[in-house]
Amino acid sequence: MSDTHSVGIVAPQTAHFSEPLALKCGAVLPEYDLVYETYGTLNAEKSNAVLICHALSGTHHVAGKYREDDKYPGWWDNMIGPGKPLDTNRFFVIGVNNLGGCAGSTGPKTINPATGKPWGSGFPIVTVEDWVTSQARLADSLGIKQFAAIVGGSLGGMQALQWTLSYPDRVKNALVIAAAPNLTAQNMAFNEVARQAIITDPEFHDGDYYEHGVVPRRGLRIARMLGHITYLSDDAMGAKFGRKLKHGEVKYSFDVEFEMESYLRYQGDKFAGEFDANTYLRMTRALDYFDPAADFGGDLSAALKRAKADFLVVSFTSDWRFSPARSREIVKALLDNELAVTYAELEAAHGHDAFLMPDKHYHDVVRAYLENL
Amino acid sequence: MTHVPAQAHQHFAEAATERRDFAAIARWIAPGSKVLDLGCGDGSLLGYLRDTLNVRGYGVEKEDANVLACVKNGINVIQMNLEEGLSGFEANSFDVVILSQTLQAVYQTEGIVLEMLRVGKEVIVTFPNFGYWKHRLNIAAGRMPVSKSLPYQWYDTPNVHMCTIRDFDVFCEGHGIQVKERLVMADGKEVDFMPNLLGNLAMYRFQTA
Repeated sequence: MSDTHSVGIVAPQTAHFSEPLALKCGAVLPEYDLVYETYGTLNAEKSNAVLICHALSGTHHVAGKYREDDKYPGWWDNMIGPGKPLDTNRFFVIGVNNLGGCAGSTGPKTINPATGKPWGSGFPIVTVEDWVTSQARLADSLGIKQFAAIVGGSLGGMQALQWTLSYPDRVKNALVIAAAPNLTAQNMAFNEVARQAIITDPEFHDGDYYEHGVVPRRGLRIARMLGHITYLSDDAMGAKFGRKLKHGEVKYSFDVEFEMESYLRYQGDKFAGEFDANTYLRMTRALDYFDPAADFGGDLSAALKRAKADFLVVSFTSDWRFSPARSREIVKALLDNELAVTYAELEAAHGHDAFLMPDKHYHDVVRAYLENL
Repeated sequence: MTHVPAQAHQHFAEAATERRDFAAIARWIAPGSKVLDLGCGDGSLLGYLRDTLNVRGYGVEKEDANVLACVKNGINVIQMNLEEGLSGFEANSFDVVILSQTLQAVYQTEGIVLEMLRVGKEVIVTFPNFGYWKHRLNIAAGRMPVSKSLPYQWYDTPNVHMCTIRDFDVFCEGHGIQVKERLVMADGKEVDFMPNLLGNLAMYRFQTA
């Protein structure tokens, strides 16, 4: 590997938790596994830990590669590594796959020890709060009492925010990127269409498709195609594809005519081949249910009264799924509570996906913030 | 609290020797006040006030490079465009709201001053005095003034709303503003005699009457 700023070859680890976890929905997970990766070295005081919370389709594999010839590194490799904005020479970085996921942590496709069969439809609905509780237990197992920072984009940003509410004394800094204090009706509507695509797929079998030896690939594919449209801006799609034709001329057919269709189908197929539909349903529900202000009559400022962390809030101008206006609501609530907050509203063409892009100014801001911790 | 790098403290102190209005502004602010600095640049004024008066506060800034500089300087900064108002801030949520040498460069001048009065219990505004005698001489000679306090040509100036001290006094009278203190300076020295003629920097401390 020629990239001297890479964390290099990494390997996931698994932590088993035998203490039952009471979930917000009322169900109890009797035991569970969390799969995670770490980069850098935990210092003697255990004060340099940074937790990365993943978004809808993310995993614990945040940086580095498993093998030299892996085609792609972890999903946020441009942000994390020696000398990168989140510098693993200084920080001990943890990536964890959330409960209900499909990358190794206990989730719908895991075998339920009580039945000897995959959890499937029986796997409970997990929430952002549940994830934070389980992540805190992982921190306990690593001897980490307080994180130097908790970082997340999108749904990951919601987890970073929730951490400051669930465990105010365990987070020194929260980096809440391209997030929102809850989803708008329009935003939840996209999730509903995605779920309906999956649930109405004949091969969904009420969520117990594993035992039928099939997967609701068509539904998951369409769900992902829809998602991709909302993660990009109109401008970004225009710049990337415009009205470019796949074959140089129209064929008057329903096959791929435009480059954009080719992209969406490719992304949908790829995703449907590797992701679990039951996980997708639960991740979108976790997004829908997240609303820390709900218990405070919709008053976000009252909800954030518990928080003690310092915050860096970042949004991107062309992000219409988690628009700057939503980040400004978070900032306003933090200001109302006189918390230390810096807010950067970054010019970006990439829409919601901008939080994953290696934009120089974006990375400079994150680097500068972390350097002062 | 965010760690503030040592070189930032030095930078704030140096900025205060360069910008003579910093020390004058500091004299108007009680230690430990909660301060909002609009158009805060790289955060030097806030940093200086924090180091000298232990104020708490936030800066508001539009430009990417300045926002980055604030982050580097350990200053809490909110990136937004002043012209769109201060709806992200509650009424009376700051002891002092400062607009330092930015008034002349905003379009929604009236609206911004009213927003400052809403958000702050007290407001401090500083601006270059267009009535300064050298500027008057320039105009009399048929040219737009270019000086240390107005270092731009007419075609590249960010200043869109120049005013004189007398203009601002009339503005305050007409907008129910109670001026608590006014300080006029010329090249770092206080000017008591004929300030609208002899001063090139005006500083006001005011509140809603």
